[in-house]
Amino acid sequence: MWLPFIFSRKLVLLLALPNLSDPLPRDEASLVRALQDGDETAFSVVMDQYSGSLLRLAMAYVPSRAVAEEVVQETWMGVLEGIGRFEGRSSFKTWVFRILTNRAKTRGTRERRYEPFGLAGVDSESDEGPSLEDSLFVAEGSGSGHWIDPPQGWEPDTPERALLSKECRMAIEEAINGLPDNQRQVITLRDVEGVSAEEVCNILTISETNQRVLLHRARTKVRRVLDPYVRGGDSS
Amino acid sequence: MDRNFKQQLMGYLAGNFSCKDVAALITEYLEGSFTLTQRIRFQMHIGLCSACRNYLHQMKYTVATLRQLPSEPMPMEIKEELLKRFRSWKHEPSSPNVSSDSQ
Repeated sequence: MWLPFIFSRKLVLLLALPNLSDPLPRDEASLVRALQDGDETAFSVVMDQYSGSLLRLAMAYVPSRAVAEEVVQETWMGVLEGIGRFEGRSSFKTWVFRILTNRAKTRGTRERRYEPFGLAGVDSESDEGPSLEDSLFVAEGSGSGHWIDPPQGWEPDTPERALLSKECRMAIEEAINGLPDNQRQVITLRDVEGVSAEEVCNILTISETNQRVLLHRARTKVRRVLDPYVRGGDSS
Repeated sequence: MDRNFKQQLMGYLAGNFSCKDVAALITEYLEGSFTLTQRIRFQMHIGLCSACRNYLHQMKYTVATLRQLPSEPMPMEIKEELLKRFRSWKHEPSSPNVSSDSQ
């Protein structure tokens, strides 16, 4: 009598397991139910799926990797405490990430690192100067608005190949680490972790416009850092 | 809304669409937040301007590169500790003072 039940539960998990590279498991509701029922395999699956992403995001709030690891640990404890009442009003992933951001903000404030969005928000230009693009373009005269140094084609290598260079990888990581916190949080979620714009807005509780502005600034800075590593001949 | 962005968008809508506007609005374009007309005008500029075409490629390449960054490894001992806590959690009644997704 129990065999079909056990078999179907394992089958659901097996269906979710081979697809770990997906941002969400195929059958999120089943996974959540399994967690609520105390299924250890399900907990192990979600930890493997999200811990790396959570750790990266936590590092955008707190000053050290050790503290970030603690925040991730606290996040999973928060998941266990709250999973019984999870109703699926947001996606499971958004919910987990919001637990993390709440805990990371608390820790970041305690460690005096984190500045809420309101204080270093997109309306403040103090950390940017007038515009990121200003220095790249002719300011006055007939050539106004044109490139001073027109962008060249980058090597047709794949990004995977570019990242084989340790120097290049380190430079990108440093560029991300050097971004203002809010830009770092957005680019980490959107580009490094591949979270959708809508989910990022929900996780970080920011507007779509703010999300785009922060993402643009962050990408522009990382592009500048990447340029010398992939600059090739003119492919235009 | 960001003041510079607003000015750039207005300049663009007024038809004064420069290479600088392309650079400033490139994320708007990639995020799919343009109207059809804006999109066509952006693509026309890209089609005519090799420097901006290169810049667009560079931005797409940057995003693709970021996506390929290796993930941060979570120490195995933390996972084991959490699994241990999971086992004891399983046998405890759930706490009433917990977070839910209805917040």
